[in-house]
Amino acid sequence: MLIDWFTVGAQLLNFLILVWLLKRFLYQPILDAIDAREARIAAKLADAEAKKIEAKSERDAFAHRNEEFDRQHAERLSRAKEEVKAEHQRLMNEARQAADDMRVKRQDDLEREQQALNDEITRLTRKEVFSITRKTLGDLAETGLEARMGEVFMRRLREMDAQTKEGLAAALQNAAEPAIVRSTFELPESQRAAIQNALNETFSAEVHVRFEAAPDLVSGIELSTNGQKVAWSIADYLATLEKQVGELLKAPARAEPESS
Amino acid sequence: MRLSPDEMIFWQYDFVKLNATIVFTWGLMFVLAVGSKLVTRKLSRDLQRSRWQNLLEIVVTAIEKQIEEVGLSQPRKYLAFIGTIFLFIAAAALCTIIPGFQAPTASLSTTVALALCVLVAVPLFGIAEQSLGGYLKSYVSPTVIMLPFNLISEVSRTLALAVRLFGNMMSGSMIIAILLVITPFIFPIVMTLLGLLTGMVQAYIFSILAAVYIAAATRTHQPRPETESVPAHDV
Repeated sequence: MLIDWFTVGAQLLNFLILVWLLKRFLYQPILDAIDAREARIAAKLADAEAKKIEAKSERDAFAHRNEEFDRQHAERLSRAKEEVKAEHQRLMNEARQAADDMRVKRQDDLEREQQALNDEITRLTRKEVFSITRKTLGDLAETGLEARMGEVFMRRLREMDAQTKEGLAAALQNAAEPAIVRSTFELPESQRAAIQNALNETFSAEVHVRFEAAPDLVSGIELSTNGQKVAWSIADYLATLEKQVGELLKAPARAEPESS
Repeated sequence: MRLSPDEMIFWQYDFVKLNATIVFTWGLMFVLAVGSKLVTRKLSRDLQRSRWQNLLEIVVTAIEKQIEEVGLSQPRKYLAFIGTIFLFIAAAALCTIIPGFQAPTASLSTTVALALCVLVAVPLFGIAEQSLGGYLKSYVSPTVIMLPFNLISEVSRTLALAVRLFGNMMSGSMIIAILLVITPFIFPIVMTLLGLLTGMVQAYIFSILAAVYIAAATRTHQPRPETESVPAHDV
């Protein structure tokens, strides 16, 4: 008989004991160790996942802050550029305005200076010309010149237009005092007589005149009565010359600011 | 010539005897238990662990995975029983390379004892899983006509388990013993290696069949798993 039932029973018991022994010393400790390790790994993975999520959220927050910062930065930069541009424009306008004002002022100053200079030049020129002329005429003022002046004065009396003559005649008639004939130098008697005759002839009446010497009258003779005057003087020519010189000097002064 | 280690009796008193089967079984039990205790004494729960611990972890997880693949969704409940069957038979086969060692599984008494364990364990696990009524209903499923066939199946498969393992293990030992007498020394070594392979395959088949029977008993309400019909061949 191949089956020994005692051995079968013994082996059955042995097997059950072995099951218990291996469960006690092998399966349970090994499975516990595996479980513990897996739990630890799972915890580490969960921790890593949590950290990953946290890192992601922090990264998102950081990215969000970064974007916000960039946006604000761009906004501020844009605003600053606008302000700078506006300020630049304002300053430029101010500077332009100031420059314009200064230019206008300078122009005015320049014109004023030009005018003053012109005036001064004119004044000095006139003064010099007159002084030279006076000096020349003074040096030349002799009987001949006086005589010539008298002749010229008399010719002007005779050639006077009718209207002036009438006005003057009326003034002579209405004058309470005698008419005054002024000359630079004291006129000689003969010339006085000639002038008296010429007056009488011109107005066809006896004209009472008084002769006076007037040194400020530049080489000339004038007749004045009751507000009316007939005169011939080199000063007239000089005044014309002065006027022409003045206009001549004004012309370039006016042209200069226009060109600038 | 001894057909079974049962015949090698060291001590006997009446029917109580101490034969080679029991003695070598104790030897295996001692080696397995003490070896496990030594390795698991300083278990590392960290990522760094010893080689022996690694080996045992591989063995245990592999058995657990196999049980799960058979169709048992909670393999840890059955790990101790099925794992011990596998380890005992595998250790017995492995130790055949030791000169003078008689594998306890080459004894029909041992294989019958293991088969009886399976015979008892299957309904126990089945009842624990789906109550007594539910388990008993599986015998008359799908019809009452199937009851005798199911009962015969229970007995026959138990017998098949016992005889298959005994035949394979005994034949291996027998062949080596015969070859040692008639052939040069090198040839029995090759046969020993072949016997080692056969023993490992038998350990796998026995434990997988036990798992399949338990799975069938615990999952009668659901369609039977395909794996049930796979290892029904003798090797």
